[in-house]
Amino acid sequence: MYQIIKQIIKTGIKTETAPQPDEAMRVVTQRLQQQILDVFGRALAIRHVDAGSCNGCELEIHAVNNAYYNIEGLGIKFVASPRHADMLLVTGPVSRHMETALKRTYDATPEPKLVVAIGDCGRDGGIFGESYAICGGVANVIPVDVVVSGCPPTPNAILQGILTAISAQK
Amino acid sequence: MNGAIPAWHGKIAESDLQPICQNVRDGGGRLVALWGSDRRATQQGFVLHTLLVNETGLVCLDLPLSGDHPAYPDISHIFPAANRMQRAVYDLLGIYAHEGHDHRKWLRHGAWHSGSFPLRKDFDAAQSRTGDLDSYPFVQVEGVGVHEIAVGPVHAGIIEPGHFRFSIVGEKMLRLEQRFGYTHKGTEKLFESMTLQQGAKLAGRVSGDSTVAYAWAYAMAAENIANIAPPDRALWLRALFLERERVANHLGDLSYLGNDVALSFGFAQFWILKEQVLRNNAALFGHRYLMDSIIPGGVAVDISTEGKRVIELECAMLEREVRLLRSIYDEHAGVQDRFIGAGCVAPQLAAQLGLCGLAGRASAQAWDTRVQFPCAPYDKLDVQMATYRNGDVAARVIVRFDELFESLRLQREILVNLTGGGELAIPLAKLPGNGFGVGMVEGWRGEVTMAMHTDAQGNLARVHPHDPSWQNWPVLEHTVLGNIVPDFPLINKSFNLSYSGQDL
Repeated sequence: MYQIIKQIIKTGIKTETAPQPDEAMRVVTQRLQQQILDVFGRALAIRHVDAGSCNGCELEIHAVNNAYYNIEGLGIKFVASPRHADMLLVTGPVSRHMETALKRTYDATPEPKLVVAIGDCGRDGGIFGESYAICGGVANVIPVDVVVSGCPPTPNAILQGILTAISAQK
Repeated sequence: MNGAIPAWHGKIAESDLQPICQNVRDGGGRLVALWGSDRRATQQGFVLHTLLVNETGLVCLDLPLSGDHPAYPDISHIFPAANRMQRAVYDLLGIYAHEGHDHRKWLRHGAWHSGSFPLRKDFDAAQSRTGDLDSYPFVQVEGVGVHEIAVGPVHAGIIEPGHFRFSIVGEKMLRLEQRFGYTHKGTEKLFESMTLQQGAKLAGRVSGDSTVAYAWAYAMAAENIANIAPPDRALWLRALFLERERVANHLGDLSYLGNDVALSFGFAQFWILKEQVLRNNAALFGHRYLMDSIIPGGVAVDISTEGKRVIELECAMLEREVRLLRSIYDEHAGVQDRFIGAGCVAPQLAAQLGLCGLAGRASAQAWDTRVQFPCAPYDKLDVQMATYRNGDVAARVIVRFDELFESLRLQREILVNLTGGGELAIPLAKLPGNGFGVGMVEGWRGEVTMAMHTDAQGNLARVHPHDPSWQNWPVLEHTVLGNIVPDFPLINKSFNLSYSGQDL
């Protein structure tokens, strides 16, 4: 126990300042009222859905939970069920084998809900495009509010995308 | 075959397949990969390719099959790991394993119907579409008090999609059955429409957490066909990237293994270390996970003298910090109570089922490509293999710690050898026609294999990436038996297998 406490004190606080929202990431006009966004801004529950990614984007979504980005410190947390979620964080490309599961997850998420598509593949299918096995980007299957490009996008960009979705449109 | 890994390549008759497999098996060898190709355009029917490994090297067998009713004798009774591979070969190409006992679909769900096969050259995507939902005959366990827990494809954490069907009595797991294929992206079909350079990018995205291993295996297969060797400096840099990928992933796994036994201290601490490695990658090589750093013919990025200094300091820091954290894990009664004895794979079972890679080494399966078939520059590095006999979660944790320290040592050795300048790559625009090449790299999870065939013009005719998860996922079904449900996430994490890598 002594070692653990000593290490915690030695490590100190690593958390960095969160990025500002970026309007360029928004793909639809703001759908939710300011009052709702104010509530989300203080306690947002996110359900992650891997709709067919190569797992590169998952590595960076994991990273936003580490001490440097500390997403939970902002009042945002990942939850185990879409029924508990305000936002879906979807990585793509959406495979045809995940199309139904993604639609059902979206339907199971209570209104009002936000969708953030992660990565070049989530944006438009990326290198995988559209094929016998791939539906393309997330927006081909469910409505998307914000897109975060990158292969994979950095944790900072993912955080920025999430914050953009819950901020009022300027 | 000339190449970085010793390999023998030959054509066999149908009656030879089982005896050769049996022979390799009896000699302690393993099945690495199984795939097929459609050569009807050149009147050669279909071909089944079997890749085996024994202590002397790789054995690549080509079995020519008829163009009308392609079939071959089942080998899953010799190598249990062949079961899912055979089913995938049927789903994608319609090549049938007769005598086999399990003919359920594997990679096919509802995206194409049972009479069409995506990897056939005359596949018509539009005609093959179905809107069917997946229906799959799971094996039912019956008895008093037995119930099922169905999990997935959308899981409760930040992980890839797959379905687990648990049969439970009380808290104990009586049976686990996996159903995968959800992330099937048509990767193999996509390769066939790509240039060598485009294919290199795709190879790096078969399984994102092993991007360096895949990119290297792909480059190795291409260089095997072209019969060239990349410049010395490129080889040293490739090894540096591969060891950095191993360090980053092992740190991440040690973080999540702490998290899964409720030691959030471990989660936070190991993640801080991993983040520092990733940031150094971004600063030195332009990408946090080193994607697209390896290209056919060499590497795309170099390291400066200052960069070498950064890595030296990072290695010293990690050495110190990980040693301290290891002592905390070792002495933490709660952690060890959860780790020891959970998800045990005895060495005998591991050998029987063909468990490979990191998980195999934790169950006394002493296979490490860097040690058995050390391609340059590993032939100059004398890698120390980490093995352990207990086969439980604790053993897989120990192997990760040992390999992490070894990777730090290797990185330092590599830096010493990275002297002066020199070329980073030799141009490799186009491959010779009708070639076959194979690449094999010991990624952090296990051996990543890439097989490549070119057509008469030297274009990519068939590329088969093979992830060690093919071998290890079925073993997980055995591993969890008799364990309690709440230990499943921990056991699963201790293997940390790829979905995308096997769904292709």
